Amino acid sequence: MKIEVRLFAYLRDMVKDYDKGPIFIDLPDKSTVGDLVKYLDFEDEVLIIMVNGKRELEEKVLTEGDRVGVFPPVGGG
Amino acid sequence: MKILRIDLSNKAVKFEEVPEKYAALGGRALTSKVVLDEVEPTCHALGKRNKLVFAPGLLSGTSAPSSGRLSVGGKSPLTGTIKESNAGGLAAQKFARLGIKAMILEGMSDEWCGIRLTKDGVEFIDVQDILGKGNYEVSDILREKYGKRVGIMTVGVGGEQRFVSGTIAVGDTDGRPTRHCGRGGLGGVLGSKKVKTIILDDAGINSVEIQDKDKFKEASLAFAKILINHPVCGQGLTTYGTPILVNILNEAGGLPTQNFRNGRFEGTEKISGETMYDNIKERGGNPSHGCHPGCVMRCSQLYHDKNGEYLTGGFEYETIWAFGSHCKIDDLDAIAKMDRFCDDFGVDTIEVGVAMGIAMEAGILPFGDKDGALNILSNEVAKLTPLGRLIGQGSDLVGRAYGLTRVPTVKKQSLPAYDPRAVKGVGVTYATTTMGADHTAGYSVATNILKSGGYVDPLKKEGQVELSRNLQIATAAIDTTGLCLFTAFAILDEADALPKVVDMINAQYGTSLVLDDVTTLGQNVLRWEREFNKKAGITSAQDRLPEFFKDEVPPHNTTFDITDEELDSVYNF
Repeated sequence: MKIEVRLFAYLRDMVKDYDKGPIFIDLPDKSTVGDLVKYLDFEDEVLIIMVNGKRELEEKVLTEGDRVGVFPPVGGG
Repeated sequence: MKILRIDLSNKAVKFEEVPEKYAALGGRALTSKVVLDEVEPTCHALGKRNKLVFAPGLLSGTSAPSSGRLSVGGKSPLTGTIKESNAGGLAAQKFARLGIKAMILEGMSDEWCGIRLTKDGVEFIDVQDILGKGNYEVSDILREKYGKRVGIMTVGVGGEQRFVSGTIAVGDTDGRPTRHCGRGGLGGVLGSKKVKTIILDDAGINSVEIQDKDKFKEASLAFAKILINHPVCGQGLTTYGTPILVNILNEAGGLPTQNFRNGRFEGTEKISGETMYDNIKERGGNPSHGCHPGCVMRCSQLYHDKNGEYLTGGFEYETIWAFGSHCKIDDLDAIAKMDRFCDDFGVDTIEVGVAMGIAMEAGILPFGDKDGALNILSNEVAKLTPLGRLIGQGSDLVGRAYGLTRVPTVKKQSLPAYDPRAVKGVGVTYATTTMGADHTAGYSVATNILKSGGYVDPLKKEGQVELSRNLQIATAAIDTTGLCLFTAFAILDEADALPKVVDMINAQYGTSLVLDDVTTLGQNVLRWEREFNKKAGITSAQDRLPEFFKDEVPPHNTTFDITDEELDSVYNF
């Protein structure tokens, strides 16, 4: 299934050929957020992950066409 | 430490002993208590009966990391409520070193003047050569005259003209006017008193007195380590500053776009923190700039233009949002020029940015018209035309002048950069804080979106009232210490952090505070502020969001569904 993935902040520098904006990643059906994290080689990172604009944890099962945003810990005001 | 009281009506200067009731207070606790005790709540905020109280935090002036925040308090001419306006820069540390626990300005000067504080006392200075000039030029003139190491506070033309968006600029570590007591028009109050500048010269003074130096050093180093090791305080904020939130809020569907019509903006990437960082790196700016000495987080930045020249600093998420997605402008360099204008003219970027979007709502210029927006700033606001004055006076007035209903304000203060329907926890804060629509007073965004201090789903009502209440209490306490509020990200996540803050205060003052005292302090500050507001005529009817927030906003299509009864329960403590 195709997942639409956006990376942010310095995570962008950690994936080869990623510049900005969405990339489309093919994952097996019933893959989880955790599987995507493994695919991106981000297992050692602290992450904030949103699926379709809502924060989700690693167990969340993804479906075709989901929009996933991946952030490192950031703050602001 | 002493209380410095200046009656501007007759230039009487008094150094008073600190009354027992104020001994344990600093920062916001002190400014709010003095305002409650001394200012008639029904006074005209631009009149002689209003006062301005300047107070460094309890830890300001010491080697405690990130402790240089200044609180300024008074009655706000914008909201009609009590106001505490907080800024970084050099002032807090210098007030503390000069032995000033609080400076109270009362009455009104007949002639424009400046106030210069040194170890020898107080001097009134002539300001004819700096009146009518922008904060940048004034800073250069004053630093030339009084030395490069002095702390300088100024009102720009915005404050001189008593705008309710008028700020008090505080010079940063490079002497630039990039830090501001921004919200609520206290710059307009200082301007109404005809004070153009306050100069703080702590030359010849070593440091602030600390009772137990060893215990202080131990706690301070431990706290610094916690901050540096925390991913937000020690890395995220340092690298990207607050603008990193542009993409996060957009992804979360809470980035208010085209006057709160949408939670996502198609131009987001162009005005993102990532784009800002890339521009800074390419053009020779500095992405990690500390606004005051001793800050380990260094969330500020120096942003250069396409030619590699300095353009602006302290270029914040709120500014980029207000002139950006709120106005549908997607040109970061244009927005940087607007930030520069507001810092120089001395007006709140949130208030003026949101007002610009309301001007677009009214049809004065189209949404997305960046050149039109720059033109309004340079040729209307700067030239003090009627339209310029209207926009400088904020969203509420522009909305009323044009008969609009879609005006995002609470207690007449413009909402900041989070849609309350997608980040419900901060919506509760906007409605109920004593300050008007204010995100810093109870930054629920941390727990709704940023995974700091746990998690409360931003799209559901459950838990938001409790979240906002707890954060409002904690924030009121932190605002008393002089610590930058961004230390809260570490304090919320690390159980060791707040005890170190208590240890530092105890070591400095010889007190025996415990953690519960921090909560009690925060609650007391809020009670004092609520008491002032009640006497000023504020009722629960003003603790509400505008009615258009009952309509859905995409992409999540949620509404602000927290009831009036629930909002009125925030202060049940």
